[in-house]
Amino acid sequence: MPVNYYIFLSVALFCIGVVGVLTRRNAIIIFMCVELMLNAANLLLVAFSKMHNLVLGFDFPKLASDAQVFVFFIMVVAAAEVSVGLSIIVMIYRNTHSVDVNFLNRLKN
Amino acid sequence: MNNVLQIVWMIPFLPLIGFLINGLGRQRLSKSVSGIIGSGVILGSFILSIWVFLQVKNGNTYVAHYYDFINTSSLKIGFDFQVDQLSSLFLLIITGVGFLIHVYSTSYMQEEASKDFAKYFSYLNLFVFSMLLLVMGGNYVIMFIGWEGVGLCSYLLIGFWFKNNNYNDAAKKAFIMNRIGDLGFLLAVFWLLSKLGTTDYHSAFALIADPQKNPLTLFDITGITLLLFLGATGKSAQIPLYTWLPDAMAGPTPVSALIHAATMVTAGIYMIARSNILFTMAPVTQTAVAVVGLATTILAATIALKQNDIKKVLAYSTVSQLGYMFVGLGVGAYTGAVFHVMTHAFFKALLFLGAGSVIHAMGGEQDIRNMGGLKKYMSITHITFLLGCLAIAGMPPFSGFFSKDEILAEAFKQNPLFWGIGVAGALMTAFYMFRLYAMTFLGKFRGKPDQEHHLHESPAAITIPLIILAVLAVVGGLIGIPEVFMHGGHQLETFLEPVFANTNEYVKENGGVKHLTHSTEYILMAVSVGGALIALVYAWNKFNKYEKTGAEETGIGKILANKWYVDEIYDSIIGKPLQSIAAFFNSIIERKAIDGLVNGVGKAVNYGSRQIRLLQSGQVGNYVLLMVVGMLVLFIIQLFL
Repeated sequence: MPVNYYIFLSVALFCIGVVGVLTRRNAIIIFMCVELMLNAANLLLVAFSKMHNLVLGFDFPKLASDAQVFVFFIMVVAAAEVSVGLSIIVMIYRNTHSVDVNFLNRLKN
Repeated sequence: MNNVLQIVWMIPFLPLIGFLINGLGRQRLSKSVSGIIGSGVILGSFILSIWVFLQVKNGNTYVAHYYDFINTSSLKIGFDFQVDQLSSLFLLIITGVGFLIHVYSTSYMQEEASKDFAKYFSYLNLFVFSMLLLVMGGNYVIMFIGWEGVGLCSYLLIGFWFKNNNYNDAAKKAFIMNRIGDLGFLLAVFWLLSKLGTTDYHSAFALIADPQKNPLTLFDITGITLLLFLGATGKSAQIPLYTWLPDAMAGPTPVSALIHAATMVTAGIYMIARSNILFTMAPVTQTAVAVVGLATTILAATIALKQNDIKKVLAYSTVSQLGYMFVGLGVGAYTGAVFHVMTHAFFKALLFLGAGSVIHAMGGEQDIRNMGGLKKYMSITHITFLLGCLAIAGMPPFSGFFSKDEILAEAFKQNPLFWGIGVAGALMTAFYMFRLYAMTFLGKFRGKPDQEHHLHESPAAITIPLIILAVLAVVGGLIGIPEVFMHGGHQLETFLEPVFANTNEYVKENGGVKHLTHSTEYILMAVSVGGALIALVYAWNKFNKYEKTGAEETGIGKILANKWYVDEIYDSIIGKPLQSIAAFFNSIIERKAIDGLVNGVGKAVNYGSRQIRLLQSGQVGNYVLLMVVGMLVLFIIQLFL
């Protein structure tokens, strides 16, 4: 299967994630969209890893495994970020009793 | 060889110390201490000047180099003092007359508060310091330092009673008119420097006098000398820059005596006498100098005929006598001009100090219409003033006769018309001086009764300088007895000969010196002395029975009393146009253009910041959107670059 299809899919997922971050009002939904972006990137990395394995055979196994290790890094970062982000959302909820990001405009002017 | 004249630096240094002590300690020193310090340093300088004079008389001239004032690869100007016949003579005049005036001031200024008294003496000492720098400088730059310094001190001293706005205006007028002249002086020095590469007197004049090595063209020399003369008109109150001197009478009388009679105003004559070779080589300038001098003599003399303030008459008399000195310089009578400087210092200082004594006795009154008959009450002042008047009128054997007659004889050699105008000026001088004398000391007292009770002779500190100056005014002329009376009698000419040697040689090579026959000289002398005597007697008789009428002047008298309206003419030709140009620049260009520009920048920044502030909406979504947009822009840019 040509690698283009994976790239298109990945880019589509990424764009959906970006639009979601920009337009949604609920903070938790925004988080989900961020996760979506991260996973799109992961997908891309895995696709390229497989591509290197197939096209170049056993000549460049390093690049393939580089990509797969990098995926783990991304997952670790995603996990850490989610934990911190969710705790922030909890604190915001406790202060303002809502998770609507449009109410967080105290830095205005 | 270690020349003994190396200590001449102490001569200006002592007044500088006096200035510092009196100036910095004015809050603490008592009047007697500051008076003693102020006068004592001048006495010290005088004693050193006598010693220097005796050394120079034995032929021991010297150029003392102290340190490199300006030291670049192409320009070297040293801080030099030139001690020769001309400067040592001026040293004696400045420190001698200066010392007498300092002593006089200790009594005259007694009514001041002690810190103002000390301030006065510090200014006077600073003035003497600057004047000494001027005459002792070995090059034009050091002379200019002194030149500016005396202008500054003139301003400080004229405006001494600074709480009076009119006096401040007079001080500003003096300083500004001086500065206009200084521009001419500076341009001349720059021109000389660019053509010769040096401003030192001995090297510059030796270079110019040598026909093989002279790099200056006639145009250069004429230009330089005309600009130098412009500087001299400012400092020595000639047409067109003389109107500051009558207004400068706003200062205390000893200041008028020292600065505006005996010393500062003679700086222009000193400068031209020092540059004599330059002026001799520029006949155009010499004619200009003589013509301006004559015009000033006559103009000032006519104005003095109708002045009623005792100091104003003396001020215009000073302008007129300075005109005589310039006439002397213009016809090549350098020795005569310097001689007249010396005798004028004696009798003019005497007259001013006598006027001060009279003003003090009259309790501040300066209008001679309110005086009269003072000879009964102030005999010493009366006798000394009379001797001063006889000297200035040119009566033999007083000093004024010898110096004025020398200038007139030289003027006759050049052009009999010059002599004629000079004699007219001398007649007017005799007339207005004796008008002044008669209205002040003869006749009946015309003042108020309480003034009459106050009349008394002044204390010793005032009368002793008057007596000393009177003696000098009487016998001071005997060092310059002309050839017709006594062969070899002109000791001053013999003394000053080395200073004017270059000039004399140049004149001999280019046309020679004219000689008058003895009979011509006797006739010239008889005419001028006789005419002056007639004017004197006429004024004596006319004014010794002067009655005060409240009548206003009419016709010619009114024009003369209003000084030919010169101040008003200057104001309308120069003052008002400048002010309207300044007003235009202020309202249009300053307010609208420049302020508009600067304020406009501020307004633009304000507007811009208000718009940009709208970006900070506080919405997180907005911020993320901007982040994404930015990333996209960077991404696209890196694709194309």
